[in-house]
Amino acid sequence: MPERLASGLRGIGHQVVNGVWRLGYASRFFLLTLLRSPTSFRRFHLTVREIYFTGVLSLIIIIVSGLFVGMVLGLQGYETLQKYGSSEAVGTLVALSLTRELGPVVAALLFASRAGSAMTAEIGLMKATEQISAMEMMAVDPIARVIGPRFWAGVISMPLLAAMFSAVGVFGGYLITVVVIGVDAGAFWSQMQSAVDVRHDIMNGVIKSVVFGVAVTAIALFEGYDAPPTAEGVSGATTRTVVTSSLAILGLDFVLTAFMFTGI
Amino acid sequence: MQRTVLDLWVGVFVVAGIIALLVLALKVGNASTTFNVGETYRVYAEFDNIGGLKVRAPVKSAGVVVGRVDDVEFDTQRYVARVAIKLDKRYLFPKDTSVSILTSGLLGEQYIGLEAGGDSAMLKDGDAARITQSALVLEKLIGQFLYNKAAEGGAK
Repeated sequence: MPERLASGLRGIGHQVVNGVWRLGYASRFFLLTLLRSPTSFRRFHLTVREIYFTGVLSLIIIIVSGLFVGMVLGLQGYETLQKYGSSEAVGTLVALSLTRELGPVVAALLFASRAGSAMTAEIGLMKATEQISAMEMMAVDPIARVIGPRFWAGVISMPLLAAMFSAVGVFGGYLITVVVIGVDAGAFWSQMQSAVDVRHDIMNGVIKSVVFGVAVTAIALFEGYDAPPTAEGVSGATTRTVVTSSLAILGLDFVLTAFMFTGI
Repeated sequence: MQRTVLDLWVGVFVVAGIIALLVLALKVGNASTTFNVGETYRVYAEFDNIGGLKVRAPVKSAGVVVGRVDDVEFDTQRYVARVAIKLDKRYLFPKDTSVSILTSGLLGEQYIGLEAGGDSAMLKDGDAARITQSALVLEKLIGQFLYNKAAEGGAK
């Protein structure tokens, strides 16, 4: 019995030590990426290339999802608000929910599964096929050459994608409530404009999306770089990227909302 | 892919993102009516009861938004609420302007209404408005109504 207890405790201890070690490794990796960024910026076309792969190719899913999320918000909001005779406030509802929460969060979740998983798989495979070691052999710093451009591409793309998501979503809400249902267009826009504050709502949404961009790309790159160089290892790392970054987005969103909108 | 095509796509993407941000700021938000720092002046007003007035609530005169509530404090010396109001520099109000807390609609948000007086001197930064009217508290109003009814019934 005591041996069982000891081995159980040892298991827990091993887990904790491993977790802390990995966290430290991840932070050192993140710091190193930031430190080597000037070198990656010297060849900026690499970052531009990665913006194409992470940002431009994510456009379709972001725009279509934004449109549908906005339309659903419009429909549901109208159904409920109509009971209280204030169906014009649906514009406020759609715009506030998109700029404050849904825009950054849903765009970041889509970004994590569309671009984050691709980044992890790419870097994991580069490691498995020993391209990263080959770079080191040629005295090319893989962090500056491979990781840096991808990191900055993610950080630049994320706020732009979230802004497009929100803008298209508001348009979707307009399409359903004003064009299809027939809410007054003037009241829709004027109530929205009087309720949405640029600094308080839109800027905070942008800050959120930048934070999510940093979190998602950092997690995706670290998981790829840390993946065991086998087929199984890469697939496991890709799954972990999506799960960890989704949880990180939702957790960070709660913390950020608590700071930004509750006025504590 | 060729670098020129790549650059073109990325350029389109970045411009589209910035346009989306501008649309959000100008069409969805109220960038046109947000006051810039430095173009405002602060005026204080004291109330017995501010009801549900919140920081950033609008300050209106004749229905036009002329400023925002900047800060709400409780004065422990005299047990009143001290409200700081930021007013747009373009709008000047006489010293005897009456400041009251009003409600938009029956259940709407509370805001501050300004009614200009006849004084020739204008309110300056840091001044306090002398004439104020507290928020209407629904419970007190109903209580008063019931009390009056009871008094009427007793007189009969």
